[in-house]
Amino acid sequence: MKTDTHALQPAPDAHGHGEHHAGGSRESYLIGFGLSVILTAIPFWLVMSGVLGDKQLTGLAITVLAAIQIVVHMVYFLHMNTRSEGGWTMMALIFTIIMVVIGLAGSEWVMHHLNVNMMPGHEMSGMK
Amino acid sequence: MTLAVVPPQNSEPVFYVVDEHEHPEGASTMLGFWIYLMSDCLIFAMLFATFGVLGGNYAAGPAPKDLFDLPLVAVNTSMLLLSSITYGFAMLAMEKSRVGAMQAWLVITGLFGLAFISIELFEFAHMIHEGATPQRSAFLSSFFTLVGTHGLHVTFGLVWLVTLMVQVARYGLIEANRRRLTCLSMFWHFLDVVWIGVFTFVYLMGMLR
Repeated sequence: MKTDTHALQPAPDAHGHGEHHAGGSRESYLIGFGLSVILTAIPFWLVMSGVLGDKQLTGLAITVLAAIQIVVHMVYFLHMNTRSEGGWTMMALIFTIIMVVIGLAGSEWVMHHLNVNMMPGHEMSGMK
Repeated sequence: MTLAVVPPQNSEPVFYVVDEHEHPEGASTMLGFWIYLMSDCLIFAMLFATFGVLGGNYAAGPAPKDLFDLPLVAVNTSMLLLSSITYGFAMLAMEKSRVGAMQAWLVITGLFGLAFISIELFEFAHMIHEGATPQRSAFLSSFFTLVGTHGLHVTFGLVWLVTLMVQVARYGLIEANRRRLTCLSMFWHFLDVVWIGVFTFVYLMGMLR
């Protein structure tokens, strides 16, 4: 039997290691910056001018704008995509988003109900 | 480790590599750093949750409307946003191996970051001078913790930025320095993402309360 020297060497380029972090182009940075400026200016304008009149509506609008701006930053500045590092950065991001949503929504939910139930004037007998 | 498999006949042994193959230096740094950023994101999420729960408890003290100066926050936000795009230009210069241009963009980025920190410290000093200290109410405790933690991150980002500029000046754009600069760029853009949450949910929502 012949000694298989190939077995001692890793297959060339078997893995996608050493791949460079996909950088953006000047255009993509400028597009991201332009979008960010717009998405920052609108919520400040909405709150400072009170043009929508309704506070809840304004709050909802600036929340949506913030969510869009976070996605813009992720795509144009952090170059997030489903391919980099074999998709593991996206997996880590999705996991983190789930944890953040549970943490934020859960805290708000639990503590809001706690506050409501501890409100002075709300006797235990008055509750169902 | 190499395992020798002794064949039944008296022929030569066959060798197999059972260890994991060699990774090039720094091949996993980007993924590792990304996971660090995600864990940092969880820290901020919990601070946001704390602020969300306690942000309305003024203890008869000053409310956001008495304290926040939205034009100043808008200036602060633009400082951080501008520093993000200038860091992006530094990265583009790095990819073209233009050391001088890259260092110049990094200096501009650092100045914008310094302006951000200065404005924030000015705001904090103003608030504390008016008696709105972290001890005043649960709202102010959670406010200073959240915004202060972000400010500390930016401060350490600035220290890192200066360190890397010295590194590049001494050793040039070697592979290790490119990797470090890419990590800092992710860190810097990440802080900008966190700031979107801060100005939306702390300052703007605070004015709506």
